[in-house]
Amino acid sequence: MSASLSAPRAQARWRPHSILPGFRPTFIITLIWLGAMVVGPLGVMLWFTAGLGWSGFLAIISQPRVLGDLWVSLWTAFTASALNAVFGLLVAWVLTRYRFPGRRIADAMVDLPFALPTAVAGIALSTLYAPQGWMGALLAPLGLQIAFKPAGIVVAMMFVSLPFIVRTVQPVIDDLEPEQEEAARLMGASALQIFWRVQFPAILPALLTGLTLALARCLGEYGSIIFIAGNKPMVSEILPLLIVSQLDQFDYQGATAIGTLMLAVSFLLLFAINLLQAWVRRRHGG
Amino acid sequence: MTDLTLSRRHALAFAGGAFAASTIGRVAQAADANSLLNVSYDPTAGLYADYNEMFADYWQKKTGVTPKLSYSHGGSGAQARAVIEGLPADVVTLALAYDIDAIAKTGLIAKDWQSRLPDGSTPYTSTIVFLVRAGNPKGIKDWGDLVKPGVQVITPNPETSGGARWNVLAAYAWALKTYGSPDKAKAYLHALFANVPVLDTGSHGATLTFTQRKIGDVLLAWENEAFLSIKEAGAGSYEIIVPSLSILAEPPVSVVDKNAAKHGTTALATAYLKHLYTPEAQDIIGKNFYRPRDPAAVAKYADQFPKLQLTTIKQFGGWQQAQAKFFATGGIFDQVYGNGS
Repeated sequence: MSASLSAPRAQARWRPHSILPGFRPTFIITLIWLGAMVVGPLGVMLWFTAGLGWSGFLAIISQPRVLGDLWVSLWTAFTASALNAVFGLLVAWVLTRYRFPGRRIADAMVDLPFALPTAVAGIALSTLYAPQGWMGALLAPLGLQIAFKPAGIVVAMMFVSLPFIVRTVQPVIDDLEPEQEEAARLMGASALQIFWRVQFPAILPALLTGLTLALARCLGEYGSIIFIAGNKPMVSEILPLLIVSQLDQFDYQGATAIGTLMLAVSFLLLFAINLLQAWVRRRHGG
Repeated sequence: MTDLTLSRRHALAFAGGAFAASTIGRVAQAADANSLLNVSYDPTAGLYADYNEMFADYWQKKTGVTPKLSYSHGGSGAQARAVIEGLPADVVTLALAYDIDAIAKTGLIAKDWQSRLPDGSTPYTSTIVFLVRAGNPKGIKDWGDLVKPGVQVITPNPETSGGARWNVLAAYAWALKTYGSPDKAKAYLHALFANVPVLDTGSHGATLTFTQRKIGDVLLAWENEAFLSIKEAGAGSYEIIVPSLSILAEPPVSVVDKNAAKHGTTALATAYLKHLYTPEAQDIIGKNFYRPRDPAAVAKYADQFPKLQLTTIKQFGGWQQAQAKFFATGGIFDQVYGNGS
C-alpha cells in the first residue's frame, strides 16, 4: 500500500510504448495478482458489508464496545510505532554505522519477529512479563504490570513491528554520504547539529515509510496480542479480537462490518502519513 | 541485502508450501471411506485419544478393517465455523448444542440431529466447579465468595469460548436463586466480571493463565478440566470447590451427514458415536473425568463426582434463547461491560 501511494506521482493515463518489452504480459499478471491477493478478499468483505445497508452498518460500528476497542487498537498501535521509530532508528544506526563483534548476528536477529509464529511470540512475551515472569517480577516492585494490561498490547506490537522500522531505515543510513558529514564538520557544526540538520532530514522520509508499515502491522496484529493483553472489553481488547469474537458466535455481518471499519480507518491513517511523507520529501528535496 | 531478501522469501514460500501440503494431506486422509475425522473442542483430547484406540479395536473385530481415526481440537465455536467453511469432519463433538445448531443451519447436518441419539445426543456431561490454589487461601466456598473485594476470578470470554458460556449461565442461575430477581442477578454478574483481570479467548488459555502464570485466586472450570489440571500439577497443587448450585454442561455429538455421505463413512461415523454409550466407553469417559450417563459407570465413579444441585440449559429455554439473551451483541454479557442496549 505504502509503495503504491508514495511512488513518484505518475500521470494517470496510458504511457505509450516503453522501450522495454513485455509490458502487456507483466501488466496482465500484475492485475490478476492484485485481484486475487488484495482486491478479492477485501472485495468479498465489502460485499458482505454492503448487504447490511448504511444504517445497519452504522448501528454496528457505533456501539460503545466497537468504538472503545477501536480506540484501544489505535492508541496502542500509535504508541508502539512511535516508540519503535525512536528505538528502531537507534538500532538501525548502531547496526549500520559501527563495527563490533556479533554485529551480523545482531543484524540477523532483527528479522526474527518476521519469522516467528506470532502465537509463539505472544506466549513467550506473556510468560516473560507476567507478574511471576522474569521481567514481570523485576517490574512488579515498581508497581508496573505489563502483561494482561494495555501496556502488554504495546509490548507485543513493538515486537512484531520492529523489523519494519529497522529495515526501511538501514539502507538510507548506509547511503548517507560521508562527504556531507565532513563538510558540515569543517564548517564547524557540532555532532548534534550534524545529526539533526544534515543526517536526520535525509533519513526522515524512510523513517516515515517504516512508521507507516509498522503502524499497519500493529493495527492488524492479532496472534501475539491476545496472549498478553487482558482482553477486557474497551480496556485491553483490540478490535481484531472483537471481530473473532463475533465470528465465534456466527455473526458474520457484525464481523465484516467491523472489518470494514478497521480497513477504512487504517487506510485513512496510512494515506495521511503518506501525504505527510510526500510533503517532507518535497521540503527536503528527498 | 539482496541475498538475504531472496533467502527470506524462499523460507516463506517453503513454509507456506509445507503448510498447504500438510493441510491437503489431512484432507486427503479424511476423505477415505475407512477414515474418520472427529472435530472436537479443546479439553477432549485425552478422552478421544483413549476412545479412538478402543473403538478402532472394536471396529476391527466387527468388520475386519482397522479404521483410521483422527481428531482435531480448538475452541468450540471456531471448530464449528471451520466445519461450516469446509473442514471435512465426519463427526463433531463440541462444547454446546448452539455450535452444532449453527452447522445444522447450513444443511450439513439434519435439523433434528439432537434427537437422533439418547440423552439429547450428549453421551457424557460435566459441570462448572471452582479450582482454587492449595489450602484455598481466600476461603472460597460458593458463588457469593467470588464477588468479594480482593478475589481474582479467571474465566475465558464467553463470547469466544463456548465452554465459558456454561460458566456465565451457572453463575446467573445461582444469583437468580439467591437474590430472587433478574436485575440483582445481572448486578451479580457485573460484580463477578469486575473481579476478572484477564479474559482469555478459550478455556485452555484461561487454565494456563491460572496454573502457569499464577494469576487469580479461583478458576471457573469444567469439572473434567479441573481434574486434569490437578492430575498434571500433582496432588496437593490445587483444590476443587463444588458450589451449592451449578449447571449440567452437556457437550453434544453428531454425525455431519453431508460430509459422511460424501466420504462414504456414514455407517462408521454413526457407529463411532453410538458406541460412546456402551459400558466400556462410559468407563473411559469416567476415567477421563467426564460424568458418564451409564448407571454402572456412574456408580463406579460416584466418589469422583460429588452430587450437587444442577440447573440445565432447558431452564434457560434452550441454547438459541440463552444465546440471544446473554451473549448476543447488546445482551446481558455485553451490558456487564457497559455496551448495553
